[in-house]
This record gives sequence, structure tokens and C-alpha cells, in this order.
Amino acid sequence: MKNIWILARREFQTFFDSMVAYILLVAFLIFTGLFTWVTGGMDVFYIQQANLVGLFQWASIIFVVFIPALTMRMVAEEKKTGTLEVLLTRAVSDWEIISGKYLACLMLVGVALLFTLPYYFTVAYLGPVDHGATICGYLGMMLVASAYIGIGLFASSLTSNQFVAFVVAILINLLFLFLFGILSDTFSGVAAEVLNYMGFNTRFSSIARGVIDSRDIIYFLSLTALGLVLAESQLARRNVID
Amino acid sequence: MDITVSNLTKTYGNQKAVDGISFQVKTGEILGFLGPNGAGKTTTMKMLTCYMAPTEGQVKVGTHDVVESPEKIKPHIGYLPENNPLYLDMPVMEYLAFVAEVQGVQKGKIEERRHAIISQCGLNKEKHKKIGELSKGYRQRVGLAQALIHDPEILILDEPTTGLDPNQIVEIRNLIREIGREKTVILSTHILPEVKATCDRILIINNGKIVADGTAESLGKKAEGSYTFRVEIQADPSAKVAEGLRALPLIDTVEVLPDAIGNYQVMGSADLPLREAIFHACVQHGWILTQMQTIEESLEDIFRELTLN
Repeated sequence: MKNIWILARREFQTFFDSMVAYILLVAFLIFTGLFTWVTGGMDVFYIQQANLVGLFQWASIIFVVFIPALTMRMVAEEKKTGTLEVLLTRAVSDWEIISGKYLACLMLVGVALLFTLPYYFTVAYLGPVDHGATICGYLGMMLVASAYIGIGLFASSLTSNQFVAFVVAILINLLFLFLFGILSDTFSGVAAEVLNYMGFNTRFSSIARGVIDSRDIIYFLSLTALGLVLAESQLARRNVID
Repeated sequence: MDITVSNLTKTYGNQKAVDGISFQVKTGEILGFLGPNGAGKTTTMKMLTCYMAPTEGQVKVGTHDVVESPEKIKPHIGYLPENNPLYLDMPVMEYLAFVAEVQGVQKGKIEERRHAIISQCGLNKEKHKKIGELSKGYRQRVGLAQALIHDPEILILDEPTTGLDPNQIVEIRNLIREIGREKTVILSTHILPEVKATCDRILIINNGKIVADGTAESLGKKAEGSYTFRVEIQADPSAKVAEGLRALPLIDTVEVLPDAIGNYQVMGSADLPLREAIFHACVQHGWILTQMQTIEESLEDIFRELTLN
């Protein structure tokens, strides 16, 4: 645990040392701000309700691009520059390395969401807000982000090219976000149910309203775990071939 | 901590990068790893540092096996890989603190270790810069500093002096020698004088196999029972010195050296008797023997001989 924390802290610091964090945070706030207040069909003034459903709906879609931009360099860049080799010979395990990277990304997403707290206070000033639902919405966002980070780290572990990692992660994200839902409409019976279960779309609307089902928690956490396991197995491949 | 390598093999596809090598390095020994590019030096080092598992064979560091308990070995290894990869976005001080922490230096001692290593590696002026802003030579020092910061028992350096200027090279060699007194050091290099200057023992590998193992001196005298001398003889231009020498017993070849008049390279199968014979021949013919020197086969020659097939 201690090693994971040391690694995560370094990764987190590097986000800021390399300016990546600032650029992404600004971009995230511009888009979420736009969709929460100005446009996007779910903004506060359009729906005339004091809640952050617009923010949560759109954040989970913005994450599709935002999180791959965060995770793309995590493994790919280290492979390319060779720092991964040094890291793997340090007194840490492969697991701790992947977990550290995961934690650092999750922390940055946390920071990004923290910066949206002024939206919450503003909405609370404008009208009666369901505080519980909003808190659940934020937790739901972290859960969704966690799954995207798992996917992003796996994509990054596949290649030494950041751009490839970025595109692959977005494609996988889109697969979960739209494609499974669309496919489930064209099938029937068990296949449709399975595809529907695999997709994000049915889960988002309830999470955005602040309703978190335990099945959703299990779903997103398993997806995270799967991504991390696959990323770790990519690191372990060096023992078999190079 | 000793390192014991037995029958180590690494196969990439159907190519054997390292082919059944065995050797041992003891504490206080500096082992030089020599070999042409692609000989398997770096692959061997990657297995010693627990980066990747061997296809066959065993590596033991102290009493631990690299495959079974890497977590027991890794904290004791300082590793400077080829090309010295570093986090260019990180400032030097932060990077060294990070490495120290990961490698298990106690919290209270990190500051002290970092301070010591920064002055030892001559990084004082550059310590607040980002690593990406440093010149190649300074990056190399950072690479060494990160390998040394946790005061490891074992130091594995892949071409440690690349990119350094001659003064820095001497400094780093001295540093390695100093460290090597109490630790186990393995370093690889292409630079032959470097091995001579720093290493206690030399291992030459070629095509994944060990082709020579010994001290620089013992390798120099490798050609058993063959002695080479350079002889300078002043004689009448009409005198047939080379033929006179060739006629002597024990002498195998006589070569007239083109670079200076009256210089010959003589090879024979004895040491003292041969030199005496040359002297007597000179006296007999009335030549003046002005110089006679034993020539050891140079490391360069041995290297070329062993690795050019």
C-alpha cells in the first residue's frame, strides 16, 4: 500500500510538472460549465430545476475523451522512453505500479470534479437541491471515471505510442457507451439482455439522477478491475517475449 | 551479496540471446562485461535486475532467486540501464527523493542520502533544474545518482560512462572503484581501457556465450607458451639481421617492423632462454642490441580475436 501511494504521488505530481493537468482541467471546466449552464439540452436554465443532472450527464460523456487523454501516456510514454524498465526493476511489484497509476488518475479526476463544486453551490443558491442525490451523482461520476481509467490504462499498456493509446481507449469507451446499447436493439432475447447489460447507457441516466444501484457499483468496479488486470498482464508479457 | 549465475539462457523467438552462461561475482569485486553489440550483455543484465525472467537457468543474488523472490532482491540493486532513461519532467531533487523512497530508504534518512549523493555525483549546481533541462553528461550523473541513492549492495551499470567528457569519465571511474570496494559491481562497456582501469575481472561474451573470463593480466598472457618481444638492433645495413634471428632455436616468427629502422617483432616459445639467445646472437654477429621489450597481447587484440570468429 505504501508503495502504491509513493508511485501515485509521483504520477500525480508529474501531471502538474508537465502541464498536462492544467490543460485538461481547464478543458474539462470549459465543457462542463458550458453544458451545465449554457447549452446541451440539459442545462440548469433550460430544464428549470435546481440540480446537476446536466453536469453529470455530460461529464460522463466528456470523460470518454478526457480520461484517455489522462491515461494515454501512463504506460505508453514510459515504454517509449525506457523509464518503465527502470521502474520495473525498483523495489515495487507490477501490481503496485499499475495501481499507483490508476490512483493518480483517479485523484486528478477527483480534483476536476472538486472544481465543479461552485456549480453545486450556485445551484443550491438558485433553488432547493437534493443534496443526497448530488453527492451520489458525484460518487457515481468517480465510479464511471474509474472504469474509464481501467480501460485507458489497458489501452496505454498495449503500445508505446501515446496517440494509439488515446484512440484505442476512446474506441473502447465508445463501444461501452453507445455500441452495446445500439446492438442490443438489433438483437432479441438473451443476446439483447447481455448487450444491454454490458453497455453504460442504461446506467448513466439513473446515476446522473443520483441513484446508484449496487449492481452498477459491481459493474463499474469489475470493469475497472478487468482493465487493470489486463494492463498488468501486458507488463508481465516481458517475461515471456520481448 | 554475491551473484551466482548458472546456465542462464534467454531465448527471443528462436534466437538465443544468452546461451547457457555461468559465472559468479563476489562482494568487493568489480566485474567488467565486454562484448560486441548484440552479444547478450544487456539481456543478461536485465535478468540480473529482475526485469525479466530467464528462459532457462538460474540467477541467485545472495541466497534469493530472481524469479521466486524478486521483492527480496530489488531493494538491494542499483541499476543504470543502457540509454539512461529518466523522467524528464521531474526536477532532480524530487526524482532522487522519489527513488530513495521507493527503494526503501527510511523517511528520516532520505534528505541525508540525497545530499550526500548529489555532492558525490557533482550535481550541486544543477539540482534544482528539471532533468529534461540537463546536458547529456549531467543526465548521466543523475542516472548514477539514482542507482546509488539507496546505498545498494549490488550495482549494475550498463555503459556508465557514455556521454561524459574525459574528466567526468575519470571521476566516475574513481567513484565506481571506490564503491566497488565494499559492493558487488557489474558494468558493461565497449571501451576497453575502461575495463582495464576499473575492473578486477573481465568477462567477454560473444553470441550469448562466455568466451573469456579472467583479470586483464591473465587474459593478456592468454596465449599460453607464446612470447612476443620487440627488439631493436643497430647493425650494418648489409647485415641480414632478420635471417640471423630466424636461424635461432626457439624462435617461431620474426617480423621486420616498418615503423622504425632496425626494429623487429620476435615470437617464440620460451621467455628467458629466448632473450638470452637473441643477446648471444647479437654478440656473435657484432650487432648492437639497443632495446628488448616484452609485449603483452593487448585487450583489444584479445577482444577482436575472441569475438570476430
